[in-house]
Amino acid sequence: MKRRSPAWWLLTIPGLLAGCVSRNNMSALDPQGPVGKTQLNLIYLSTAIMAFVVIVVAVIYIYVVTRYRERPGDEKKGIPEQISGSKKLEILWTVIPVILLVILAVPTITTTFRLEERPDPAETIRVNVTGYQYWWAFKYPDLRVTTANEVHIPTGKKVEFNMTSQDVVHAFWVPSLGGKLDLNPGRNTRLVLQADRPGVYEGKCTELCGASHALMNFRVIAHRPADFDRWVASRQKPDSTAKTAEAREGKRLVGQNCIGCHAVRGAGFQVEGTTAPELTGFSQRTRVAGIMENNRKNVTDWLKNPQGLKPGNRMPAFDHLSEKQLRAIVKYLEDLK
Amino acid sequence: MRENWLWSWITTVDHKRIGILYLIGGGFFFAVAGLEALLIRIQLMFPDNSFIVGDTFNQLFTMHGTTMLFLVALPILFGFMNFVVPLQIGARDVAFPFLNNLGFWLYISGGLLLNLSWLFGGAPDAGWTNYATLALNDYSPGPGVNYYVLGLQIAGLGTLMSAINFITTIVNMRAPGMSYLRLPMFTWTTFVTSALIMFAFPPLTAGLFMMMFDRIFGANFFTTTGGGNVTVWQHIFWIFGHPEVYILILPAFGVFSDVISTFSRKRLFGYHSMVFAVVLIGFLGFMVWLHHMFTVGLGPVANSIFAISTMAIAVPTGIKIFNWLFTMWGGRIRFTTAMLYAAGFIVSFVMGGVTGVMLGVVPADLQFHDTYFVVAHFHYVIIGGTVFGIMTGFYYWWPKMFGTVLNEKLGKWNFWLFFFGFHLTFFPQHFLGLNGMPRRVYTFEANKGLETGNLVSTIGTFLMTIALLILLYNVAKSIRKGEPASGDPWDGRSLEWAVSSPPPAYNFAQTPRVRGLDAWWLEKVQGDGKLKPAEPLGPIHMPSPSYLPFIMAVGFFISGFGFVFHSWQVGALGLVVVFVTMYIRSFEEDHGFHIQPDELKPQGVES
Ligand code: HEM
Ligand SMILES: [Cu+2]
Repeated sequence: MKRRSPAWWLLTIPGLLAGCVSRNNMSALDPQGPVGKTQLNLIYLSTAIMAFVVIVVAVIYIYVVTRYRERPGDEKKGIPEQISGSKKLEILWTVIPVILLVILAVPTITTTFRLEERPDPAETIRVNVTGYQYWWAFKYPDLRVTTANEVHIPTGKKVEFNMTSQDVVHAFWVPSLGGKLDLNPGRNTRLVLQADRPGVYEGKCTELCGASHALMNFRVIAHRPADFDRWVASRQKPDSTAKTAEAREGKRLVGQNCIGCHAVRGAGFQVEGTTAPELTGFSQRTRVAGIMENNRKNVTDWLKNPQGLKPGNRMPAFDHLSEKQLRAIVKYLEDLK
Repeated sequence: MRENWLWSWITTVDHKRIGILYLIGGGFFFAVAGLEALLIRIQLMFPDNSFIVGDTFNQLFTMHGTTMLFLVALPILFGFMNFVVPLQIGARDVAFPFLNNLGFWLYISGGLLLNLSWLFGGAPDAGWTNYATLALNDYSPGPGVNYYVLGLQIAGLGTLMSAINFITTIVNMRAPGMSYLRLPMFTWTTFVTSALIMFAFPPLTAGLFMMMFDRIFGANFFTTTGGGNVTVWQHIFWIFGHPEVYILILPAFGVFSDVISTFSRKRLFGYHSMVFAVVLIGFLGFMVWLHHMFTVGLGPVANSIFAISTMAIAVPTGIKIFNWLFTMWGGRIRFTTAMLYAAGFIVSFVMGGVTGVMLGVVPADLQFHDTYFVVAHFHYVIIGGTVFGIMTGFYYWWPKMFGTVLNEKLGKWNFWLFFFGFHLTFFPQHFLGLNGMPRRVYTFEANKGLETGNLVSTIGTFLMTIALLILLYNVAKSIRKGEPASGDPWDGRSLEWAVSSPPPAYNFAQTPRVRGLDAWWLEKVQGDGKLKPAEPLGPIHMPSPSYLPFIMAVGFFISGFGFVFHSWQVGALGLVVVFVTMYIRSFEEDHGFHIQPDELKPQGVES
């Protein structure tokens, strides 16, 4: 077994008791990439130093309150000596914290600079991230691929997220990969992350952005490089044909109802909406609207009542469509590969 | 004016009565904001709960945070400052009694305006930080945020006035012999806090004005599509917002210093370094605002500078903690409820302080920021510091203010339930944050390891609620049939304990002469247990009560309400009321009245 620092135990044991850390794919305590690991090491270092401070204070404190509490009969001893202070002690507890803080400040500063270094463009995957109330658009400028609410990345490679917002301030956070950064309207920010192992990592918006801020979720799906390349190839040639008569009816309805806001590339629609998540390849998505399992029932529920599921979002309800029409739409969505 | 009970309280210019009014106002808003907290925690008790969702939830935490910070914590502290500071420095009143009353009514006026949003048009919902662009018309239509902007504007005016008043009082009205380095710590912290308010509130006012112009008059300070910049709001807000938390904690430090030395029966250890630390903390408080913005993407240079300045604050804070410990060292500690709260503060606050340093570690903060880790941290310092300070002050000064002692048995129940409830509520939140729970979310998913922590946290909230109900019962009981308190029930050290409980309207029949630090204690151990007068007994000048501040505050209220709903007529009408009262005040000739020495005789004062 690996040797763990005391700080690791201090943070992880209660964390384990409070639920679990290792099975949870959204924990900063269980990082899956170098950025998250570096940050966790700093968390451990600072926890260790701070735990030391807490322990010193606690020891003196416990001694003082037990030793000097008034007991019956103490009145006879008269009043305690009135001391004004002690230069030596006061200097001592000024200097020691300064030393501790320097120990903490040095790695803080060096890491701060290191994490903001720009990676070698030839070695990185670039992804443009745009935040919308309450969904995420992901574009790969070099690969000509667009997705929404789920971003796929290769393992072992640096990914540079260039981020901005279309409306209010949002923040991009994938706890298992690394710390967060804001998406500001009218400005760009850059965050570099990397995943070491394939897996699905939960991401969240962490800057209050309106009624459904709590539901502005996304997923980072990390693949082995070869799998990633296959994914890219499949996304570059999306299959948007309707396979059955019902799906063809669905496609017609999508053209009538959805395409003003959403885009389905490769289906021959005249317009391609950009104010809502891409629906191209929708059947490959693991979730609906970032919040529910992608299955027939949830998609239908979403179409009927998006406000109920994600308050304040900008999609209208399609409850005026018949069950049959909804089924057709869902069938078509299932054909989007 | 009519001599009616209610009217006499509305028009009072007695700093002690105004102090009590602040406690009542703050207590009322505490109940409101506490209820909001309870509702938030009930919603978060279980995963995927649907009790309060979406915008209503956002309104709840926005109003909870805004109310707690602006209408509860600071006003209650103002209550203590008003009551205690003039007594501690041997003064008969504050420097500007009229302004004091006005400050209070502006606070009530702004506070009520803010809370009326629940009833008319919807509460603000953009968080207590009210970030643009979310807070602008495009994304927060409706009057909600207008209430925030105007309510805080009015209440903030009152705060600024009170700060000016305290500064002037402490500079000008100290009794002979009360040099700066003989001021009790609570007076010192009041002084520094007031200075912080003088520098921190004007940026807030400016920011709120810009926000008001963006929202109501269509300006483009923060509207990106019109060339505005959202980061500017963040800077302005935190240039106010960070000092604000020191404004909340420093007076609490003062309370603890007085209480710990009183109940340890010892002089405060390292008084001079305590004063130095308070001033230094006040200064550094202005140098660290950017640590709230590490995730904005301002670059490693800015982030590093602010990381260092943030960590630096730990040094003076540490000095204070050790000084308190060494005040108790060698003393004879009486664990009254007030002292229990002070002792409970030390452990709780140290835990909040160390997580504060951890937040200053920029790369780590990128993980902590805007998660429950931060919610845990700031409640550890605000409750573990400010609220514990308020409780300490409450139990400590209650006899002085009301002439009765609070029941100690109920007090201990109150303390222990509150203490455990508090740690139960907020300790698990550190781990919720690290395990991926952002703040300001109304729901969390099952099976992500967040259930237990949230459940425990909500249970803790219930314990705190029970504790506060016990406090309420204790207060009611003490008012109805409390044990009468002497002038000096705790064997106190500073001057407020030298007068009767409650003190007479004029505080000191004769201004006292101060002969050293812990002036009253000194007279007890070195003198004959009586204050030495610095002047012969003579007529005492007193200010007259005035109804004008109240009317002026009503004018502000009407005006604010008008502007919330874009009604220029109503807005202007309110301002007319304000200006008319100002005009009347400018030409009023009222020099107050005098209490004659022979009126004092029957009350046992001898010349
Ligand atoms: C009675 C005990 C309290 C409980 C149970 C409590 C609970 C909470 C909860 C659950 C939140 C929402 C966290 C989130 O952002 O998701 C919150 C936010 C907040 N609380 Fe408290 N709180 C309490 C007392 C206080 C006090 C005494 C203060 C200050 C004097 C305070 C200041 C704040 C602030 C400033 C916020 C942030 C609001 C925002 O995000 O806009 N709380 N509290
Ligand atoms: Cu968001």
